[in-house]
Amino acid sequence: MMARSRLSPRWIVIGLLAVAIIVVPNPIALAAPAEQHFRIEASSFQYTPEAIQVHPGDHVTIDLVSTDVVHGLYLDGYDLNVTADPGQTATLSFVADRAGSFRFRCSVTCGALHPFMIGKLNVGSNDLLWRAIGLGMLAMVAGLWAVRR
Amino acid sequence: MTPIELTRNRLVKATLRARWPQFVIRAIALAGFLFAILSGFIGTPVGNHNFSIVFVWIVWWALLMLIVVPFLGRGWCAICPIPMPGEWLQNGALLKPCGKGFSLNRKWPKRFRNIWMQNIAFTLLALFSAVVLTQPSVTGVVLLLFLVIALVTSLIFERRAFCRYLCPVGGFIGLYSQVAPVEVRVKDPAVCAVHTEKSCYTGSKDGYGCPWLVYPGTLTKNINCGLCMECLRTCTQDNVAFNLRSFGADLKQSNGRKLDEAFKAFIMLGAALIYSAVMLGPWGALKSAAYSIGTPQWLVYALTLLGLIYVVLPGTFLIAVALGRAVSQSKETLKKSFIAFAYALVPLGLMAWIAFSLSFVFASLSYLWPALSDPLGAGWNLFGTAHVAWQPYLMSIVPFLQAGVLIGGLLWACVTARRIAAEKHQERNVILHALPVMGFCFVITAGLMGLLIG
Repeated sequence: MMARSRLSPRWIVIGLLAVAIIVVPNPIALAAPAEQHFRIEASSFQYTPEAIQVHPGDHVTIDLVSTDVVHGLYLDGYDLNVTADPGQTATLSFVADRAGSFRFRCSVTCGALHPFMIGKLNVGSNDLLWRAIGLGMLAMVAGLWAVRR
Repeated sequence: MTPIELTRNRLVKATLRARWPQFVIRAIALAGFLFAILSGFIGTPVGNHNFSIVFVWIVWWALLMLIVVPFLGRGWCAICPIPMPGEWLQNGALLKPCGKGFSLNRKWPKRFRNIWMQNIAFTLLALFSAVVLTQPSVTGVVLLLFLVIALVTSLIFERRAFCRYLCPVGGFIGLYSQVAPVEVRVKDPAVCAVHTEKSCYTGSKDGYGCPWLVYPGTLTKNINCGLCMECLRTCTQDNVAFNLRSFGADLKQSNGRKLDEAFKAFIMLGAALIYSAVMLGPWGALKSAAYSIGTPQWLVYALTLLGLIYVVLPGTFLIAVALGRAVSQSKETLKKSFIAFAYALVPLGLMAWIAFSLSFVFASLSYLWPALSDPLGAGWNLFGTAHVAWQPYLMSIVPFLQAGVLIGGLLWACVTARRIAAEKHQERNVILHALPVMGFCFVITAGLMGLLIG
């Protein structure tokens, strides 16, 4: 009896929908890779601009300019790091071959709020976010269906 | 799942009844706590190199939110060093009862026998958290205040009044301990009913009466049980058990729901949202506002925080509950429905804090190695790790973990809301009553997703 209730059609549908949300490819067409050049100013405790947007496959160059003390820029997901002395420009180049939203954070202790000095690189659309929201909606439906069991 | 009595195992029971293991762990924790205060005052002012900041706000926080609270509930309270000095003086003993202590042993005022004081204390900490979490000297002051207030409270009031009614950390640990898969409960309430001595509450030569002012015979929720195991030591009827149970078992109970606890759920949820935006978001102006205490910017930040946790979240939730109540034609009062449904926010809030902590902790954990070797920033290299460079851990997979945790929290909250609605309704009305609350939970979750993985 237990096994039958667990395999009821509604749970199979929920399971299939969950798998679909996770694996269905993003239909948005990819733009052709291009050169992207950004100048990011680092000051205590923020990056300006705070977020940058590129397309998957773009060749990205970031000029990091520190306007006060030594700051760094460590890019989550890409494991890249660069540091800039005050008034100096340091350059970081890479191919944005991983799609999604990635935080970059200061890698050199720069003051009290240093651990929270964070910026954001968006590469294409943030599939993880949209899929997570889709799964969240499904979780709500699962909660409702659980009521009717 | 029927609870499994772990204390049936003689070794487990003997270990939990023994005082020495708990004492040793608490003594080590007290030494660490005192050292954290010391390093806060005399150590390096650079927060991420100072023992107090690294061990309290990164290591302890990681252990607390990622392991102890979800799996052991108030497990931290069982070994917390903060009330120790006060307890020693109050009891006049380090271990077993053996004499008269120094305390007025007054009863805690009736009107304050709730967690509103803890709610206020946590809110105050939240208002100043950008400074508390980053300035070692301020962390030192806060930790010292904890110790002094706990000590003074023990000297005036009976038992662990500080832990039960004042500690800002204990308040949310208690709320979230409802989801933990462990509990202390009596085996058979009928045995307690006829046991006139009530040694679990009054104490005996084997142990103290419940330090948390709880009568174990009627204990049905974890919120106020500090897992101190005194009742296991004092029960002459062998009627107290330490059980393994299903996650969230307390949330299935419809009795004992309170407005102060409901508000604690909003405070914690609101704080998770604010912290995710301020500390993990890319907005420098927001961070500066939270840090610049006393400035107009900070005032705006403080009012926003207070408005969100005390007005916007509860207000929106009240509208959701009222809507569900109207469409389901519920006979229950709005206040009762509001309080009951707020308990659906307990798993949601805990998962929100776990998701927040994952990002914060794994990005900062490598500060541990230099702080271990050079806890005061005095140029020591005790373990050869003083110069280990900062390196975030697992940042490629953390967003996926956060997404999973938040989805799990939402599912858990929806199932809990459904269960709460089902306490009063037939099937169709259950859905109608719970749906707006589920919608509220979804919006909060989507917001957290946007802040943490967006």
